[in-house]
Amino acid sequence: MKGISLSFPGVKALSAIDFRMFPGEVHALMGQNGAGKSTLIKVLTGVYPPDQGRIELEGRAIVPTSPLDAQKLGISTVYQEVNLCPNLSVAENISIGREPMRMGRIDWKTLNERARTALEKLNIRIDVTQTLSSYSVAIQQMVAIARALDVSARILILDEPTSSLDEQEVELLFQVIRSLRDEGLAVLFVTHFLAQTYQLADRITVLRNGELVGESRAADLPRLKLVEQMIGREVSQESGALSGTAQEAMDQSGPALVEVQNLGRKGSMTPFDLKIRKGEILGLAGLLGSGRTETARLLFGADKADQGTLKMAGRRLPLGSPKNAIMSGIGFCPEDRKTDGIIAELTVRENIILALQAKRGIFRYLSRKKQDELADTYIQMIGIKTSGPEQPCGKLSGGNQQKVILARWLATDPQFLILDEPTRGIDVGAKAEIMDLVVQLCQKGLAILFIASELEEVVRCCTRVAVLRDRVKITELEGAAIDENAILHAIAGVQE
Amino acid sequence: MTAGNPNFFRNLARTKLFWPLVALALMLVFNLIFTKGFFHIEIKDGHLYGSLIDILNRAAPLMLIVIGMTLVIATSGIDISVGAVVAISGALVAMLIGGTLVLKGGVQEYVTLVPMPLAILAALAAATLVGLWNGLMVSRVGMQPIVATLILLMAGRGISQLITNGQIITIYYKPYFFVGNGFLLGIPFSLYIVLAVLLFTLYFTRRTALGLFIESIGINPKASRMAGINAKNLLLCVYAFCALCAGIAGLIVCSNVKSADGNNAGMYFELDAILAVVLGGTSTAGGKFYLIGSIVGALIIQTLTTTIYSIGVPPEITLVVKALVVFVVMLFQSETFRKVVFSRFGGKVSQS
Repeated sequence: MKGISLSFPGVKALSAIDFRMFPGEVHALMGQNGAGKSTLIKVLTGVYPPDQGRIELEGRAIVPTSPLDAQKLGISTVYQEVNLCPNLSVAENISIGREPMRMGRIDWKTLNERARTALEKLNIRIDVTQTLSSYSVAIQQMVAIARALDVSARILILDEPTSSLDEQEVELLFQVIRSLRDEGLAVLFVTHFLAQTYQLADRITVLRNGELVGESRAADLPRLKLVEQMIGREVSQESGALSGTAQEAMDQSGPALVEVQNLGRKGSMTPFDLKIRKGEILGLAGLLGSGRTETARLLFGADKADQGTLKMAGRRLPLGSPKNAIMSGIGFCPEDRKTDGIIAELTVRENIILALQAKRGIFRYLSRKKQDELADTYIQMIGIKTSGPEQPCGKLSGGNQQKVILARWLATDPQFLILDEPTRGIDVGAKAEIMDLVVQLCQKGLAILFIASELEEVVRCCTRVAVLRDRVKITELEGAAIDENAILHAIAGVQE
Repeated sequence: MTAGNPNFFRNLARTKLFWPLVALALMLVFNLIFTKGFFHIEIKDGHLYGSLIDILNRAAPLMLIVIGMTLVIATSGIDISVGAVVAISGALVAMLIGGTLVLKGGVQEYVTLVPMPLAILAALAAATLVGLWNGLMVSRVGMQPIVATLILLMAGRGISQLITNGQIITIYYKPYFFVGNGFLLGIPFSLYIVLAVLLFTLYFTRRTALGLFIESIGINPKASRMAGINAKNLLLCVYAFCALCAGIAGLIVCSNVKSADGNNAGMYFELDAILAVVLGGTSTAGGKFYLIGSIVGALIIQTLTTTIYSIGVPPEITLVVKALVVFVVMLFQSETFRKVVFSRFGGKVSQS
């Protein structure tokens, strides 16, 4: 691929990207969220035609017009979410759309035989007549690969194939990928896990904000350098000039408000310990997919932890119940505010009072007067831009929806607030307002868990930072030790 | 220009109640012109009689069912077992009251197997139990509402046939006739029942947080859970309440016809009820719900049926006419359709 550019209305998605792949090599495509990885893959597989640039396959220019077309050219893709029919048999899934026919009817014998051979190539022996859903996600993933390979592929694209697999399953998948590579296939591999990249990749290309940062052999690119390239910041040896503003205000010796011991959930987050005091902002840093959101969801009970304990002010909380978490004074602004946060068709007022009302129960209904008061108070206090409290919440801009959810939790008078990417996807002005608000809240004695991709935000407002990597809590940084360099080092897993 | 009138009109047009009311009004106007004596109401023996009263009385069971159905649909669910529940409730009450005619010296003696209040309570309890089962399947087992209630749509009718032994049980116990045919202060007694259930539901949905929670779950169940709303118990209650409403409707139906027919009582009620809810402005996708709108919807359906009979539409095209009217009402409910129609109309006006 040479000089690939693609624009969407208002956004330059890819600008002049060169990308090459070699047979018999695993090539990892790395980058933060929104770096353009998926877009590049979509150009390669013919989902989007590029505005500029061209694609060559074995020296011949090709113009894939659709994923099907790309597949015919030998470019096969296995997407992150398994894209198969769970209620059909394994064999049917492998041959769907190109069933062997005999006298106008499907030749089941050939179909099953073909599936068996395709899977045996991957060293998998299963009953191909069983429905796909009766097998584990890992096997389903293999079936997806087998299906992709069935059409004499020359390039195999794997978009985050490991995100829902456990360790052994990942190893199984990697064995398959390695053997395919050794057969001369060119493999494109997208993942958020650094460790996996180094386990598997021969070559790494990094994208950032739709631009090519660089291509290097995996052996020549140290981890730290890779993280630098992804995040786009020099990890210098100088100490960070930005020091925390809130950390002086913190009472270091105070007792822990939130105490977490050995909390974990299989396949989502390795067990971890955590303590948060009153008036403290604890930051969670790590790359996307490192377990930040998972940690937040376990704490709030949105996902049920399968081990460990969680104590609020000394009292043990039942796991896996948001309602109980709310009753004991926890609030949670989720990362995906559209699906987990706002109730779009309800008004701003109703959205604001919702959690408080849930806390009070059905029968202690807030009077309309009280509701209006609450809505007006928070609309003013945190500057929600709305035509009025009766406007449907879905009509607000992203930043204002975020503020409504924040208001919803503030109305419950919480002791501990979990903010998962509260500044994501909102404009700079609103970002600054929300950050200021977070610091103010903490000065009022709230404990806050703050998750943000932007390290600058973490450094600016957090009094302590826990660093996650590959779903494990690696370390904690405190006070003056918090600077971007130190966090980056920890994320990359390199000692300073 | 007087500012008041157009504003008032615009505000009225914006409420969800506007289009259902327009449809109902048009139907009444149609009857005013084409049906002789449609609006004639007279007092006979201290009771009100007339087509309008008749429509209200006949619509009572549907209005009751529609109240429960509105709440279920607001949670983005559906309950297609209400017709079967009507049959169960009717069958049970008839069986408990007993279908024997006892004559003593040529005069009928009113006897029951079980005291009437007890029979009524038992029927309502059975209906609620059926609803709890639906709610259990939906909220705890995670079955799709249409599937869960489909089971009882079939099984329920089976149960009612078992109760009646496949026969029609005739009720001879006169005091029970009052439920569906009686008059209180000149007005049919069934309307008092409807009014009571409606007020009760309005109170609990609008004067407590129940309505807010139901809408919240219907719009976004994931976010509602994150806000601390326990959807499971709420769903259980809503399905139980819907079946209870259907149970009450069953009592009225059974009293109306003075018999219980396990095979046919309440047949297709679920479809009329869903239609009424939709006509009333509540979306089948769940969320915001309009109880009064649903009641108006039920009245539209009953008025339509009565109108078709009274103007003498040949029976073989009755259903087609009914479908056509519903289709037109639905078109006008659709915002997209209104925009297309009115923007054309508005465009012409501004040009001239």
